[in-house]
Parts: sequence; C-alpha cells; structure tokens
Amino acid sequence: MSPAITVTDLVKTYGEHRAVDGLSFTVEPGEILALLGPNGAGKTSTAECIAGLRHPDAGHVEVLGVDPRAERERVAGRLGVMLQDGGVHRSATPAELIGTFAAYYDDPLDPVAIIAELGLDGVARRRVRTLSGGEAQRVSLALALVGRPRVALLDEPTVGMDPATRRATWQRLDALREDGVAVLLTTHLMEEAEQLADRVAVIDRGGLVALDAPDVLTAPDRGLHVETPGPFEPERLAAALSCEVTHLEGQRWHVDLPAERLSAVAVWFASQGVALSGVTVARQRLEDVYLRLTDNDEPASAHDEDAER
Amino acid sequence: MSVRRLRAQVRLELTLLARNGENLLISLGIPVGMLLFLHVVPVLPDGSSAPLDALAPGALTVALMGSGMVALGISTAFEREYSVLRRYGVTPLRRGELVAAKATAVLAVQAVQVLVIGGVAVALGWRPSPTAAGLAAAVAGLVLASAAFAGIGLALAGRLPALRALAALNALFVLLLFLGGVAVPLAVLPGALAAIGGLTPTAWTVAVLVGALDAGAVDDGGALPGVATALAVLVLWAAGALAVASRLFRWS
Repeated sequence: MSPAITVTDLVKTYGEHRAVDGLSFTVEPGEILALLGPNGAGKTSTAECIAGLRHPDAGHVEVLGVDPRAERERVAGRLGVMLQDGGVHRSATPAELIGTFAAYYDDPLDPVAIIAELGLDGVARRRVRTLSGGEAQRVSLALALVGRPRVALLDEPTVGMDPATRRATWQRLDALREDGVAVLLTTHLMEEAEQLADRVAVIDRGGLVALDAPDVLTAPDRGLHVETPGPFEPERLAAALSCEVTHLEGQRWHVDLPAERLSAVAVWFASQGVALSGVTVARQRLEDVYLRLTDNDEPASAHDEDAER
Repeated sequence: MSVRRLRAQVRLELTLLARNGENLLISLGIPVGMLLFLHVVPVLPDGSSAPLDALAPGALTVALMGSGMVALGISTAFEREYSVLRRYGVTPLRRGELVAAKATAVLAVQAVQVLVIGGVAVALGWRPSPTAAGLAAAVAGLVLASAAFAGIGLALAGRLPALRALAALNALFVLLLFLGGVAVPLAVLPGALAAIGGLTPTAWTVAVLVGALDAGAVDDGGALPGVATALAVLVLWAAGALAVASRLFRWS
C-alpha cells in the first residue's frame, strides 16, 4: 500500500527564516505519526503544507497521491484538519457548525452521533465563544472528523483539555487508526506521543533528528536507575562497586552497571541504611531523548504552549 | 458548485447574520428610526419635515449600507481574524460557494429590509407610483448599490485587523449617512462637502430610487435620463469596489 502522506525534502521559508529545512517522512494508512519538536521547530508549517494551506518553497508533498495545493478539490473531501489557531466560528453553536460541515462531505458521520461521542451534548446549542478551551478543541476535532477523513492532520489536538477528556480523545484517535486512517499529530506532550504514536518524528530547526517507534527511541540505556529519598555518598557507591555514578535529576541517579548487578546495588544501599524508592534497569524516558535530540533549554511542558496562545 | 454545500452554507450565513444584535440594529433599527425621526421632526430650513418621497429612498439606502457594507464587512473581518475562512479552505467548500452563500444571505436580509422599511414608509403615507420601467430601475439600483457597498465592506474587511475594520466601517457608515444626502439633504451642505457627497454611492443610490419610484417625475420626462446616469455611475461603483475588494482580500 502506498503512503497516505509523503513529504519529500520539504522546505518552507519565511523571509530569511527556514522554518522547514529539507524534511522527509511518510505516514501510512492506519498509522499515527507524532511530530514532536520545540516551538518554532517547523511542526505547524509542515502540517499546513500538507493541508495545502501553504505552498512549499522546495520539495513536495503528496496526500493520497495528489498535490494537496494544486488539486485541493480532489483531496479536501478525504482530509480532516484541526488547525492550531482553531478556525471555529465563535458566534455559531457546535450543532450548527457540525451540521454545516457534515453537508460539505459525501458520506459524513451523523452530526448527532459525533456530538454525543465527543461529549458535546450539553454544549451543542451554546455559542462557541462561551465554551471552555477544551470544549472548543472537541468541537474542532468533531469538525475534522465529521467527513470520515482518510487522512487526519491534527495540530496539537488536546491542548486545553482536562486529563479525562484527553484520554477519551486518545481513544478516539486510536479508533481512527483501527479504521485505517493516516493520522499526523503534532504535540508537545511526551505522554501523548508515547501512548498514541506508532512512530515519532522529532524535528528541530526544521530538520528531522529522529524518526522511529517510541520504544525504539527509548530503548534500554546502559545501566541502572536508582531512586532514593535519603542522602548518600555517590563516590562511596562508585568506589564500592567500581562503576560510575551520575546524578540524573531530583532523587534519580544513574549507576553504570549491567542489569544482573542490580541486587548488589540494593545490598549496598541496605548496608548504608539508606532507603531506596526504586531500582530499575534504565529505560530512557521519551522526554529525555527528546531534550537530548533537540538540545535546547525549552522545557517540554504544556505550559509554554498555553503561553503561546 | 454543489447545491447541498451551498444550501447548508446559506443557512449558516443567514443564521449568523440574524443572530447578531448589532447587525439587526444597523440593518433595521437605524434606517427605520431615521425614517420615523425625520418624518416627525421638521428639519428643513423652512420648518417643514422632509417629504417621504425623499425620506423612504434615503432610509432604504442606509439599510443597504448597514447590511451590505457594515454587517457583512464586520462579520467577514472577524471570520478572517479567527481563521474561519482559512479553515473553510481545508474543507470541500469552494470559494465560489462561500461567496455565493454570503451574497445570497445578504440579499435575503435586504429583501426583508425593503419590505419592512417600505412597509413603514407606506404606513406613514408614502405612495410611490413607479412605472414598470421605474420599478425595474429601482430593483437594479438596489442590487447595484448592494454590490457596491458589499465591495467597500469586503475591501476593508479583507485587509485590516478585525477591530480596525469594525471601527473603519462604522466611521464610514456615519460619514456616508451625513455626506451622502440621506440624513441631511445635499442642498443644505456647504459647497465643497456637497460636491464630495455627490460622488458617493449613497447619493447615487438615493438618486436612482427617488427618480425611479416617482412616476410624476417620469411624466415630466425629466427623471429617467437622470436615473439612467445614476445607474451607470452605480455600475462603475459596484465593479470598482468589487475589483478592489478581490485585489485586497486576504483569506487569512
């Protein structure tokens, strides 16, 4: 089967700034690809080029085998898009908008059904401007999905959602994958990428720095992770077991020993009378991998995302 | 062009236009209020109130400015600002369908305006007696004026940030109200202002309506040539304003 989205050597510049700089990847039908990267890494520009909203300065983009900008009308009926800046009419109600959008497509979902499925019954007849951020995001998601898309482009779909709603949305996206939809998701949330994505593309300064399944990206690191609330002397641990001990953050330490020496570490701590809250074979967290790959100081949290809006 | 998409979009556009309180005020409240006020209060220099044969066409013209220029312009400016138009760009809705839906919605609102304002004027004693040709000229004048005002509104809405478009359109509305020969007769204005006012689409719309709806003027043989000239000027205004709007318009 050919890819649903093909991005080849994509370049997008704004004046002097190369927002996207030679990016290539594909998204297969039935796959969720998460695009991860710091603010300004080029995620939104990439999504907008795929949506046909922007013209690539070099390289090309194909959606379902077609140039999405030159042949917009052939693609639009099979594309579901959730833009980061919303685009949801604030004076209209969710019911009016979802009903109108349904009429744009040949074989839409039942508007009443998707309103219920996304938990919007209670607000379906209120104006969008009176909704919370998370509710407005769900309306936007409903507008992206009501036409039964084969390709979904979701730019930070769960921003502003509470944890329960976010989980429900993840389930909905899982269901899209089951239906064979190709999903391109941009996100700042490591957990979202880890939970949902079949593959994660980490981009930085417009270029691809990693592209793989989340568990490949977070493959076991060398050594053990030790977590302890009590103070201890890392130099003495290092001397006793002849290994390197380095501080990770907070109460977490990295001990450079193979997995079978785990018990020796536990015994040493017991002999010191220091409690352990955890000893594990080190697995990198996606966030650590991401921060190392993108190599800048920006904390990957939802907070700066809020500040951005 | 898909009838299904067009119908759905017309319904949405009409719902949104009718929902907005400011739109109702500027589309119906102000022109009807103006008609009543100027009919009751003697504002002319000789101490009489203006004749309904002048007031009713003036109120109709103001109504077209309210719906075609101000309401359409402001709502479009905010749709642009909130990326609503951009989002339409990633759906199967085509630009032509969106433009046709908005035009249909505005024309439907204007049909209601003509009925309401015409009805109030008749209730006050207005007795227009147009010939068939005069009636056709009046309808043509209304449509051309509507296109000209919509073009002006969209030209501003298509470039300016929404709040600035809102301010500019309201200011322009007031300016045309006073300079366009509707609230104040052109004859009363100082020469330079009257000359400027005489160029506005507002003044030319009033000229078409007054001339076309008054059979007496036709009998004199004096009015219809004037009406034809005014219609020709409105054609220029409509074509020019729409051309400028489509040049300036940015969808996002």
